[in-house]
Amino acid sequence: MFRPLDPAPQPMVSVMLDGSPALLPAGANLAAALLAAGFTPFRRTPVSGAPRLPFCMMGVCFDCLAQIDGQANRQTCLETVREGMVIARQEGAA
Amino acid sequence: MAAVDHIVVGGGIVGAAIAYGLARAGEAVTLLDEGDVALRAARGNFGNVWVQGKGATAPDYADLTRQAAADWGDFSAALQDETGIDLHFRRPGAAYICFSPEELGKRAATLAASNLKARLCSPFEVLDRATLAERLPAIGPDVAGATYCPDDGTANPLYLLRALIKAMVARGGRYLPRHAVTGLARDGAGFSVETPQSRFSCGRIVLAAGLGNAALAPLLGLSGPVRPVRGQILVTEKLSPFLPMGTNFIRQTVEGGCIFGESSEEVGTDDGTTLPVLRDTARKAVTAFPLLRDARVVRAWGALRIMTPDGVPVYQGRDGAFVVCVHSGVTLAPWHAGGIVEHLRRGAFDPQTFQSFQPERFDVQAA
Amino acid sequence: MNAGTAMDLAIVGAGPAGLAAATEARAAGLSVALFDEQPAPGGQIYRNVTLARSAAQARVLGKDYAAGRPLAEAFLASGAAYHPSSTVWRIGADGLSFTAPQGGGDLAARHVLVATGAMERPFAVPGWTLPGVMTAGAAQILLKTTGSVAEGAVFAGCGPLLYLVACQYLDAGARIAAILDTTPGGALAAALPLLPRALRQPGLLWKGAGLLARLRRSGVPVHRHVAALRFEGEGALARACWTSGGRDHALDCRQAFLHHGVIPNPNMTMAARAAHRWDAAQAAFVVQHDAHGRTSQDWLWIAGDGGGIAGARAAALSGRIAARAIARALGKAAADPAILLPDLARESAARPFLDRLYRPAPQFLAPRDEATILCRCEEVTRGALARAVAEGCPGPNQFKAFTRAGMGPCQGRMCGTTIAQVFADLTGQDPRETGYFRIRMPVKPVTVGEIAGLPRTDQQSAREQ
Repeated sequence: MFRPLDPAPQPMVSVMLDGSPALLPAGANLAAALLAAGFTPFRRTPVSGAPRLPFCMMGVCFDCLAQIDGQANRQTCLETVREGMVIARQEGAA
Repeated sequence: MAAVDHIVVGGGIVGAAIAYGLARAGEAVTLLDEGDVALRAARGNFGNVWVQGKGATAPDYADLTRQAAADWGDFSAALQDETGIDLHFRRPGAAYICFSPEELGKRAATLAASNLKARLCSPFEVLDRATLAERLPAIGPDVAGATYCPDDGTANPLYLLRALIKAMVARGGRYLPRHAVTGLARDGAGFSVETPQSRFSCGRIVLAAGLGNAALAPLLGLSGPVRPVRGQILVTEKLSPFLPMGTNFIRQTVEGGCIFGESSEEVGTDDGTTLPVLRDTARKAVTAFPLLRDARVVRAWGALRIMTPDGVPVYQGRDGAFVVCVHSGVTLAPWHAGGIVEHLRRGAFDPQTFQSFQPERFDVQAA
Repeated sequence: MNAGTAMDLAIVGAGPAGLAAATEARAAGLSVALFDEQPAPGGQIYRNVTLARSAAQARVLGKDYAAGRPLAEAFLASGAAYHPSSTVWRIGADGLSFTAPQGGGDLAARHVLVATGAMERPFAVPGWTLPGVMTAGAAQILLKTTGSVAEGAVFAGCGPLLYLVACQYLDAGARIAAILDTTPGGALAAALPLLPRALRQPGLLWKGAGLLARLRRSGVPVHRHVAALRFEGEGALARACWTSGGRDHALDCRQAFLHHGVIPNPNMTMAARAAHRWDAAQAAFVVQHDAHGRTSQDWLWIAGDGGGIAGARAAALSGRIAARAIARALGKAAADPAILLPDLARESAARPFLDRLYRPAPQFLAPRDEATILCRCEEVTRGALARAVAEGCPGPNQFKAFTRAGMGPCQGRMCGTTIAQVFADLTGQDPRETGYFRIRMPVKPVTVGEIAGLPRTDQQSAREQ
């Protein structure tokens, strides 16, 4: 859905994304990288299980929450891609 | 001037329950409440329907509590049928968590003593760490044990308040928020009540204004000896279920968030939070349930409990005027919506039945 | 854990106001610590401005954006203690508390300057929570971070940022499916009396006119005076539906960008119990402050859009003004803040005109469709609010208690303003009377362990390896 403006290849690092290995751009904003990789939804709400993707990209809306390195409900728009990161969809409550 | 039969002052859990009880009994009732931002103990309530240890030295209070708690299930179901609002009442029992063997021993002795004097018996078990861990696998390694009482339960105090007001109105009661009482006096056989919007007259008046009772009661020749005692509370994000019973200072709501706090401070009407208390509270919570370490706190607040000098309620009433000072509004809600009503209709709390709850007991101590 | 000795000044936010304030305060000889949630300086408007850019990206982002770079570089050279990736969760007369990747703590500080800026005004319409619906600001952040765009997006709303991002998309060669402009009919006429004052800041108006002309020439379908909007889809955005020109329209799309202006992010100043007021022109609650940015709490100052929306250049000026005033309050011989006030007035001259022209229509400020989700976190609808008001619910705090609206992790940021306005709409009051949620610390969610002052578990296990 989101394509990079600059087609030049970027250095990638390997991460685990919802249980499978994946490559994401090193040092990129995590939410942006996940959107570009087509990861959807990031979470399902605890109230109704509704799917959500990032809304504001600046730490205000709390819709970009995902599980990172075993910790639940992390705001992915405030995180940077790191080698070995383990990212999982946030299914409902923590 | 608007003429009504009963006025209840105070739209918190106590006032709303009494107003609902009166409306249910066919009485015409008006509930006067303050505005959106007020010292509302109802919005700071922990949500425990708590029996164990209550009234350890006041057997009448213990009995009142135990009877009300026993009635909670039916009360909640009836209110849900009437309003469609689920009060989230659960009765899985509760553990009073102790952090040392000494604390556990003292606690067990207190509970045993309260059973000796009360009319209704409240069973309890003393759980050592191993047994407690079987029932609460998430319990931390530094917990010594707990006393467990199967009669204890939890409910959502906010939904309770909403349901009581809704049910009262559905039964013909009138709910008037933003009507703080600015003046109050006996007026012939009845009473006149002033608010910024209008004056009311009524035949009966019940003061259930929490901390506001202190100033209002003397205007009717009654006594509302309450003072604020602050408790600071933390609430986490929603967590997967891990706490299947209540405890004395932490519980997990039906939605999944954890609410905890156990402080007591005398700071007047300051309902703010302070870092040292929140730190201690957080540490205690993590000691009790280590998994909370990574849980995010989304809200914190200070709530002002309504405390009489001995923590036991005041129920005083004569010649149609009543004052009710209670800090356990949730636990006693069935009594306030039920048993108390016949006394309110009679116009007085008779000294025999309510002997233990008269404010004169404080004068005796002072003398 | 403490972040060192007591500071003269703690600043929250590394946008233009915070950066300029820190640099100015350091020049006046103050000890300064600056905290920001992002890993690099710039805030939102200058997000990632210190990053190296390809020529293509730099061209798209434009010169105004590049102007942020010297600000950031001056800050990085100023000697201020810089705490990136740090979230401040409490501020007080004693200083502040924060979390950080390496473990947080408390910082003692004599004065606190809040420069946390603005956030997008919540634009609540049916379907706005669907995956694929984002803010125009988010689209711009994606340009500034990964340099990425979405093809075939719908842009909806009104206001300078919407038109700017749409033009940046054109510059990037991305296809825009449609622009749904909600500027109400008659808005220009209503704003005209404010135009003379706005002409004191001619550059801004000229720029804005240029953006609009560019969009008109571009061939992108522009629908004007959009009066109603909703999004539909099963599990993700599939189409946008709107009313304009008296007719209903629908357009398939998988991405939509919303914008109805920006408003202050008030949680930090509200939690500090500073006095706030309802600003009818900006349709938002704003912290009350004097000409130098001092709030009703004498240790607490505001600079930038957090004190009232006026844009990046005004933000930098207000940061410098506050820094000078704080330095003087601490007895330092600093330059007179008053010298900068005329510049600030000029940089904010067009604001009343823009606020009036682009004020969203009443049905967008206070949604009327019962199915509209107002509280995204707890999924509480406008219908639930109407029912509570019918029961006599006196205000937003009782409403919060009865429905959980405002109790989620965003702490009322996405719903507070809308709920206050719907309440006002339903009760015939003004939002000034309705009030806002009672906001308290922590002003961002923080773990129980962090409040307890315990080291982080991932830190601890890393040390144990």
